[in-house]
Amino acid sequence: MTSLLTIQNLKRHFGGLWATRDVSLEIQCGEIHALIGPNGAGKTTLIHLISGGLFPDEGHLLFDGRDVTKKSMHERVALGIARSFQITQIFPKISVLENVRLAVQARQRDWGSSLSMWRPASADFSMIEEAEDWLGRVGLAEHAGTHAADLSHGEQRALELAMTLATRPRLLLLDEPLAGMGPEESERMTQLIASLKGEQTVLLVEHDMDMVFRVADHISVLVAGHIAATGTPDAIRADSAVKRAYLGEDVA
Amino acid sequence: MMRASRSVLSGTLLGELALLSFAIILPWLLTALGEDYYIGFATRLLIYALAATSLNFVVGYGGMVAFGHAAFFGGGAYLVALLMTGGLLSAWANWPLTMLIVALLAWAIGAISLRTRGVYFIMITLAFAQMIYYSVISLKIAGGDDGLPLDQRSSLFPFDLGNDHILYWLALGLLAISLLLLKRLSHSRYGHALAGIRQNETRMEALGYPVQQLKLACFVIGAVLAALAGALLVNQNGMAGPGQLYWTQSGMLLVMVILGGVGHRYGGVLGAFVLLGLEEALAQVTEHSHLYIGLILLAVVLYAPRGLAGLFFKSR
Repeated sequence: MTSLLTIQNLKRHFGGLWATRDVSLEIQCGEIHALIGPNGAGKTTLIHLISGGLFPDEGHLLFDGRDVTKKSMHERVALGIARSFQITQIFPKISVLENVRLAVQARQRDWGSSLSMWRPASADFSMIEEAEDWLGRVGLAEHAGTHAADLSHGEQRALELAMTLATRPRLLLLDEPLAGMGPEESERMTQLIASLKGEQTVLLVEHDMDMVFRVADHISVLVAGHIAATGTPDAIRADSAVKRAYLGEDVA
Repeated sequence: MMRASRSVLSGTLLGELALLSFAIILPWLLTALGEDYYIGFATRLLIYALAATSLNFVVGYGGMVAFGHAAFFGGGAYLVALLMTGGLLSAWANWPLTMLIVALLAWAIGAISLRTRGVYFIMITLAFAQMIYYSVISLKIAGGDDGLPLDQRSSLFPFDLGNDHILYWLALGLLAISLLLLKRLSHSRYGHALAGIRQNETRMEALGYPVQQLKLACFVIGAVLAALAGALLVNQNGMAGPGQLYWTQSGMLLVMVILGGVGHRYGGVLGAFVLLGLEEALAQVTEHSHLYIGLILLAVVLYAPRGLAGLFFKSR
């Protein structure tokens, strides 16, 4: 296995608080890598740093061997790093289909060409068809015509995943995909993420330990801004330092 | 479903063509009625409709509340006058050059202003426009407080812009073409991207859209169309005046957009027609026309937040 993302000595502070103290981590091609840790450990900050929502004070990010530390978010998406958000980010006032179509359209980075400003977007049936495929993949096919705002919370999370997948990322960053979901919705989302196994590299932040241990190939434990342990689910389960720092009764 | 939407489209198209035909024959009609004064007034309506439409593109499509549009509208007027004073009389060369210079100016102002958002964006665009206003009135070659009079209108060989009918038709043609271009633009991939940006910038950036650049392009397109309106205005007025650069001009264009309908294809046109029409009509019966216009604007904001266009048309 080769490393898709290499994080080298990443540091980021907010005032006097070191949200990311000194993080080094490797994400392998094709794996589902879960990032766990107590509240305030810096998990979301790390996702921001990798996606380009925040920039590190020190350290480097190598994506597929390329230094992307200084790249903006949309440049990183173009290279293949895409993310979902802890708080759902969709376009509420347009149809579910158009939400995903915009994501498909985002891959056509030809803003310099006159076509992007002249040709009607609706004339491009292939984009609409691809958007429909993604909706089918996340189980929202029958909601294509619905206003995104009218979807349930769980459906909106699924829609956001479809949009993120439609950018065809090489590395998918998921920030608490199960946040705020009921048991049924959680189960559906877990199966969806598990179905990506083998075809999609994923870095996943999640509090739901059942889910994490079900889908992850590797788990890293983030405590107070640094990686306390990295390993297979079995190794993490057995790690006494991890138990003390975080898992507590979850593994009992 | 496709067939139904097409027939609705052709219905709208018929209405648009009928209005355009009426607008085309209007100067002959007015001349026949001996009301030649109103040709100039109608030309002014068309010019302000174009200026307000250009601002509506920035505000309504790009989601940027810009309070400095006078810099580009009045700036276009001044540049045309300056270039004519320098001997460049041909509109074929003068106007495109003016639009190019305004595009560069808008690029610079936009690139800086777009680092801010919301009320700060309003303030910084206002500040830039006022800076340009004070710079221009301190320039001797721009005529200072007196403005810059034109000896003649731009030449547009083989057409004679000195003829009021021709200037009217030019304004009408440029407005129609601009509306067509913006309609085309709003349905393109770029237009859909702008719609996404209006709803959720974070999501657009996270999908890989270069949000700032796309907004900047929108800002520049709006500015260039405003410069074109300014080129028409300076020919209609026979001079470029400081008032065309002043913040009240930006304010008036914003009022037109809000009155007509923010983000509606015809919002700028309706707003300009209604505001200038009301000013003209009320001026004949009362000295306090601005009071009544203020009350009407208040009523629109309170009871028709999507503007007059929102009352008349269902779709954008």
